[in-house]
Amino acid sequence: MAKITASVYTSHVPAIGAALDLGKTHEPYWQKVFAGYEFSKQWMKDNKPDVIFLVFNDHATAFSLEMIPTFAIGTAAEYTPADEGWGPRPVPKVTGHPELASHIAQSVIQQDFDLTIVNRMDVDHGLTVPLSLMCGALDKDKDAWPCPVIPFAVNVVQYPVPSGRRCFNLGRAIRRAVESFDQPLNVHIWGTGGMSHQLQGPRAGLINADWDNRFLDRLITEPEKLADLPHIDYVREAGSEGIELVMWLIARGAMSDQPPTVKHRFYHVPASNTAVGHLILENNA
Amino acid sequence: MSLDKPYLDVPGTTIFDADQSRKGYWLNQFCMSLMKAENRQRFLADQRAHLDQWPMTEAQKQAVLARDLNRCIAEGGNIYFLAKLGATHGKSFQQMAGSMTGMTEEEYRDMMVSGGRSVEGNRFLGEDGSAQPQRQPQGSAPKPGF
Repeated sequence: MAKITASVYTSHVPAIGAALDLGKTHEPYWQKVFAGYEFSKQWMKDNKPDVIFLVFNDHATAFSLEMIPTFAIGTAAEYTPADEGWGPRPVPKVTGHPELASHIAQSVIQQDFDLTIVNRMDVDHGLTVPLSLMCGALDKDKDAWPCPVIPFAVNVVQYPVPSGRRCFNLGRAIRRAVESFDQPLNVHIWGTGGMSHQLQGPRAGLINADWDNRFLDRLITEPEKLADLPHIDYVREAGSEGIELVMWLIARGAMSDQPPTVKHRFYHVPASNTAVGHLILENNA
Repeated sequence: MSLDKPYLDVPGTTIFDADQSRKGYWLNQFCMSLMKAENRQRFLADQRAHLDQWPMTEAQKQAVLARDLNRCIAEGGNIYFLAKLGATHGKSFQQMAGSMTGMTEEEYRDMMVSGGRSVEGNRFLGEDGSAQPQRQPQGSAPKPGF
């Protein structure tokens, strides 16, 4: 039986990818960001999963205004890093896990969550920046990501985005789906995006460190209550793009009901326009 | 029944909802075309001619030509789509975000390094934070746009 053993939470700022790809990691500005992931890269090596279920949002890359799925699961064998306008990131292609992904799709849809099944999807910085942060810089041709990845895209671009409650319950459904897969796979689930940031209008640059840290506290200790937070609170307190944080609740809902072990916690302002938050939680039961 | 919009009282903020999406459909779809290198080259070679191939409004085209992201958003644009326009002009996300505040690149970068924009006074319209309409523009950028 497959099992979710840990969850990882991290911001997915595109400038972090650019800093890696353009060799700026030694600059003091970026050192302060990457220092927070030194522990995480070692932890990934010591706790290599068989599959990563990676919750992220597509930033008008694979999905234009022609189609806007609320929840989309990738069941393909392979995903290509997208050209978001600056040219594709020079990182390895992402290998999928079609069998587990298809199993999760079937199980979760039968638990009443209407997922969109995607067999062709280029993946943008929302997916590749967290991989780079956790796995370090890799050569796009010579290297490979450490394991297969199941991309799970959530609409947080066009309002309304799914509620925190919906995301948390979806996480629980994903947990049941993984646990009913009959191969003994070690699965990690990642929730990405956030933390506080706003990329638009005269309020661009909004950061709310107190709110972010309270969010991290509550995600660890009382995620179910945190899931009740309405959208407008995210927008008002954490900026219009802070709404991405609902995706963290999917990963948290997929964890055990027992309190997790906090392996790592990091918070830093800024990376470009954004507050960087990062957690690693391990399941105890 | 019209859409419930509890977010209209947040200053300096436009939520990309179904009404905005409908208004900005072709502006945003034009931006999507800039994900291909050949389209970026074609656009840069003759911006007006390229825009005229899209069923966009004149106001949308003028906002794009002026590289004024606040105007683009008012015309229905969404920042993740508009980012392709910025990328085509060689701009980073920070340069794009900063361009909507009236600050110079340096002023905006300094604000972020100092911890970002405070939420105090910026939660509701009618307060007196830096994002409120009565406080615009916020910096010494010579003109709107990037």
